[in-house]
Amino acid sequence: MNFQAIKSIYNFEMARMWRTITQSLASPVISTCLYFIVFGSTIGSKISEVDGVSYAAYIVPGLIMLSVLTQSISNASFGIYFPRFSGTIYEVLSAPISYIEILFGYVGAAASKSFILGTVIFITARLFVDFNVEYPLLMILFFILTCITFSLIGFVIGIFAESFEQLQIFPSLVITPLTFLGGSFYSINMLPEFWQKVSLLNPVIYLVNGFRWSFYGKSDLSPSVSGIMISVFLIISLLAIRWIFKTGYRLKA
Amino acid sequence: MSPILEIKNLNKIYKSGFKALDDINLEIQEGEIFAILGPNGAGKTTLISSICGIGNPSSGTISVSGFDYVENYREVRRMIGLVPQELTTDMFEKVVDTVNFSRGLFGLQPNKLYIEKILEDLSLSDKRNNQIKSLSGGMKRRVMIAKALAHEPKILFLDEPTAGVDVKLRESMWDSVAQLRKNGVTIILTTHYIEEAEKMADRIGIINKGKIILVEETKTLMKKLGKKELIFSFVEKINSMPESLAAFNLRRDGDDFIYSYDEQSRNGLNSLIKAINDLGISFKDIETKQTSLEDIFVQLVE
Ligand SMILES: Nc1ncnc2c1ncn2[C@@H]1O[C@H](COP(=O)(O)OP(=O)(O)OP(=O)(O)O)[C@@H](O)[C@H]1O
Ligand SMILES: [Mg+2]
Repeated sequence: MNFQAIKSIYNFEMARMWRTITQSLASPVISTCLYFIVFGSTIGSKISEVDGVSYAAYIVPGLIMLSVLTQSISNASFGIYFPRFSGTIYEVLSAPISYIEILFGYVGAAASKSFILGTVIFITARLFVDFNVEYPLLMILFFILTCITFSLIGFVIGIFAESFEQLQIFPSLVITPLTFLGGSFYSINMLPEFWQKVSLLNPVIYLVNGFRWSFYGKSDLSPSVSGIMISVFLIISLLAIRWIFKTGYRLKA
Repeated sequence: MSPILEIKNLNKIYKSGFKALDDINLEIQEGEIFAILGPNGAGKTTLISSICGIGNPSSGTISVSGFDYVENYREVRRMIGLVPQELTTDMFEKVVDTVNFSRGLFGLQPNKLYIEKILEDLSLSDKRNNQIKSLSGGMKRRVMIAKALAHEPKILFLDEPTAGVDVKLRESMWDSVAQLRKNGVTIILTTHYIEEAEKMADRIGIINKGKIILVEETKTLMKKLGKKELIFSFVEKINSMPESLAAFNLRRDGDDFIYSYDEQSRNGLNSLIKAINDLGISFKDIETKQTSLEDIFVQLVE
């Protein structure tokens, strides 16, 4: 293992985050605050409680997920796409490092950023509403797995993308709608039966509910199903990446 | 002495089906400066990319100091530094940070003194804390050289290092190259400035349409193919060729007479001058001209 190289890539990517701190942290935090003001206070005044939790507290896990899923994908895909686009990838390719080390560097940094972002949103949310976390260790574990999995997905997108537009498509056209429809702001039990069934096809619903369960010990779905789903995503992304690296796809001419 | 770089039967066919390298065989000796010359699209960059791990060759083997470039890619790449043809640097990073990053990427511990020395040698010290995007093109090129040297490579590839660099800077860059060579670094470069190759390189390889068509010591190449011309201008106009000069095959160019010779037929020179003296003709001017590598190159490629 070339740890020095992993560290270099990781630090390089993290430095980019500190340099662009406004985009990296401030904007997701501001939009989270807006969600609280809009959903928490307006809708929250109509819906007092869901599953015995105040509405404002109920949406906290979903809001964190919303930011973490989209930002993990954006960060990781940008992280590897940009050097491909600018040509600086030549240096990484010419260095004595394996694909696994490249992956650790880029995905590690993207996942760390998501983790920091999620933590900041958690703290921001705590300023708005009072809530307790029932299973803190499981929550952190679930959170870390999500950061890593979606950073891996982002990495795959960044390797396949041919333009900046394509980088945006997946997080904004797939992940954001799926998160909104994935029970971030409502319990699927509120939906008509047909739409409840349809919702189960949405993978994000398992993440949001699993995460919410770790907060409040209650969710629409069983936490073990959520745990299995996140593991399945993780395995699929790892397999995809293994295949990409085996075929050298898109990194080398 | 076994070569530091050995390329055998290297082929590269791009996905488009284009054959960019056609059975390349090449050996580079430790410590030499080797220039790869060839027209645009000859395959120079493709060759360098294959050696440095940026492109995947279709077949063939490459070994560096006896290490195979696939099996022992770590050993191989640790020894190689690359300055690519395109100016591709990070933009927002500081000069010193990006050079340190390169060193780390190659698995080496930070070494402040060494990095400062490189920046100094490349006259980048006073720009060390500038963002790269604030540098001029020539400075960016030097940052890329600094990055390539950051991990103390044994072989340095320079893919047209002097493209877009002004004359003064170009000279200082060649001084740096000479200095590196003194320190034992093997240098492989491509350039379109043929005088440069002629001046700097120990050996020259000419590549065209993906094939190496010639590898020769620079001196030998010049000797073998280099023709010299002696141009006489006479004080008085000479209308018809004097009989005693007929054997020398002089060529007429306006009022001037041109005598061509190569290294082998130097002896003719003395007899020619003697013959002219005997005729009592006085010179206005004598000029010698040597075929440049450029002429040789055009000759070979055509
Ligand atoms: N990624 C690619 N896909 C397909 N063909 C390519 C690719 N890269 C290069 N080529 C082709 O391979 C040939 C060799 O290109 P290369 O860049 O090696 O030339 P070069 O000798 O470096 O030329 P120059 O002096 O212009 O830099 C060219 O015909 C080029 O069009
Ligand atoms: Mg080239």
